[in-house]
Amino acid sequence: MGLLDKEFSDGNIVIAKVDDLMNWARLSSIWQLGFGLACCAIEMMATSASHYDFDRFGVIPRNTPRQADAIIISGTVTLKMATRIKRLYEQMPDPKYIISMGSCANCGGPYWEHGYHVLKGIDRVIPVDVYVPGCPPRPEALLEGLLKLQEKIRNESLRKKIA
Amino acid sequence: MKNPEEIFKLLKKEFSEIILDLDKETPTESIILVDPMQITKIGKFLRENEELKFDSLMVLSGVDDANGTKTKDEDGSDMISGGTLSVYYHLHSTVLKHKITLKVSTQRENPQVESVYNVWRTSDWHEREAFDLFGIIFLNHPDLRRILMPYDWEAGYPLRKDYKNPEFYKGMKVPY
Amino acid sequence: MALKTETMVLNMGPQHPSTHGVLRLELEIEGELILSVKPHIGYLHRCFEKHAEAMTYPQVIPYTDRLDYLAAMGNNFGYVIAVEKLLGIQIPERVEYIRVIMAELQRIASHLVAIATNGADIGALTPFLYLFRDREYILTLFEMTCGARMLYNYMWIGGLSHDIHPDFVRKTKEFINHFRPTVTELNNLLTFNKIFIERTANVGILPLDTAINFGASGPVLRGSGLPFDVRREDPYSIYNRFDFEIPTGKGLVGTVGDCWDRYYVRVLEMEQSVRIIEQAIDNIPEGDVQSAIPKRIKPPKGTVYARVENPRGELGYFIISDGNINPFRVKVRAPSFVNLEVMGELCKGHLVADVIAILGSLDIVLGEIDR
Ligand code: SF4
Repeated sequence: MGLLDKEFSDGNIVIAKVDDLMNWARLSSIWQLGFGLACCAIEMMATSASHYDFDRFGVIPRNTPRQADAIIISGTVTLKMATRIKRLYEQMPDPKYIISMGSCANCGGPYWEHGYHVLKGIDRVIPVDVYVPGCPPRPEALLEGLLKLQEKIRNESLRKKIA
Repeated sequence: MKNPEEIFKLLKKEFSEIILDLDKETPTESIILVDPMQITKIGKFLRENEELKFDSLMVLSGVDDANGTKTKDEDGSDMISGGTLSVYYHLHSTVLKHKITLKVSTQRENPQVESVYNVWRTSDWHEREAFDLFGIIFLNHPDLRRILMPYDWEAGYPLRKDYKNPEFYKGMKVPY
Repeated sequence: MALKTETMVLNMGPQHPSTHGVLRLELEIEGELILSVKPHIGYLHRCFEKHAEAMTYPQVIPYTDRLDYLAAMGNNFGYVIAVEKLLGIQIPERVEYIRVIMAELQRIASHLVAIATNGADIGALTPFLYLFRDREYILTLFEMTCGARMLYNYMWIGGLSHDIHPDFVRKTKEFINHFRPTVTELNNLLTFNKIFIERTANVGILPLDTAINFGASGPVLRGSGLPFDVRREDPYSIYNRFDFEIPTGKGLVGTVGDCWDRYYVRVLEMEQSVRIIEQAIDNIPEGDVQSAIPKRIKPPKGTVYARVENPRGELGYFIISDGNINPFRVKVRAPSFVNLEVMGELCKGHLVADVIAILGSLDIVLGEIDR
């Protein structure tokens, strides 16, 4: 018998606030839209592969925005791409979260000055929840970003959202 | 295997009036200057001649020579008028293993060059790119559209030296 | 009376799990059959060439990293060779050896990703996890040397940014010992897997003359049977000192030039890279890796075209110098850019599902296609 089972062996009722329960459920299965843009996407791939194992945080890549809770903007957003990203974002069901990964998505990164075709920051198009700095951010940094997002979700309240 | 001088002599013999010059000012390679309206013919010859057999175009690059007269417009940015735009062709033979570079120059105001689409298929996207970034028009190219920039980009040709970036594109601010 | 049919246009991408980045393919299909494929690129156009014109020569190196971000060492290599040719400087032996070792390690790492994603795209997810494990091994070696995992800015004009770590040689040998059996494992797991062969053999056949006419290079060209490798053809650095083979597609399980051949060329190439590393690793001479770095980098007027064999094919830099401290023009001949052009030819007459297999076997990186 596992530890968790023992805990519930005499009395299998848990009392929790709806907020806590919902938040707990949301934060422990953040399904992300599998969507790579540039070099940072490779680090995102490395994060979900064997060494760093994104799955253990409940992050599973989904192929369509309609099944996703979060989108990781991993890389340089160009003007040509920005309109598509907006469209993708609008297709995601609420609640939706955005992690902006890497300097490019944060502010244009190395391309901020002469990038005539680079959008200087994804937050000019869609709202961002967590910014992860780095060029590219190490997988550890992305994990930290995810933990930050989880913390944010943990402190959300259903009531506040309505009000 | 032939060196550039030999290739130049061969070409000069075949097309005495259209091959312009052999340019040797450069430290590492010599360049054959060619008339932009005859490049297809020369390309075909280079490709099919038994002694040359240039079957692969390594790269085709557009260049803004920026050799016209520079003026300032009202808000202080550079304007260039006159001068030339150029296209460089780096050729290589996989059979005979020699290399050569061709160069054509065309007027900046009305840049037109013959397409080598029918000689080397590689040039398809390269020519579209040169059109996209420099505005060089390749005559007889079957599908000359923008390739890297959005199809509806209206602010000009970004790799020209006097290019000015627009303030907004589809409601998104472009400068930092 | 024949039924009147209409073709349908299907968009694949820019957001699609198997387009290796932001590529959009416009497929014209009739039922499941592909009539034509039109790639639309430019969704990652980051204005590299404009940046290069605005930066000084050494400042361009970090931007070259970001072209083909799976093979950043190779990109650095090509660029520094081009500028060194312009400057006409000699490089110490030690630097040459280290550069070659790094480039070959990078080739392995890059092919690992290519193979892993090729497999994962058509349904073999397990090899993906194994291969990324081995890739991490190589990344640790790089990290130990220069502190970065992916984009290194390691090769400088005339030298290197850091000398190798004292442990590097030992660790690299350990890696080689670890890696040899992995290739066998990979062959058992994926290469000769019945399903994988079914999906890739006789699919997307690229005849040799088409490949040359389209300017294909790297594993795409070699898969069609021509042993063309810039390392052999036009030796740069010290590649003429090493003994290695150039694997080509032989049509072992299908026709020469099919997806499986391109895939298998990559597997064999990894083994050849290991061979090169083995020959080089014990012979690194002593010396200073920064002694030849010029104080002031201001090449004379002129042009240069230098090419190297990157994991994806022939990477060329065409640099025009007007005698200033920044290049007048830098044009990159990106292997994927050219290789992707054949996509339209390859897909004709195949099924929609094959597009994925073909795209995976071309192994493109959008960073260098769009630049
Ligand atoms: S932040 Fe750096 S690593 Fe990430 S996409 Fe931009 S350039 Fe590439």
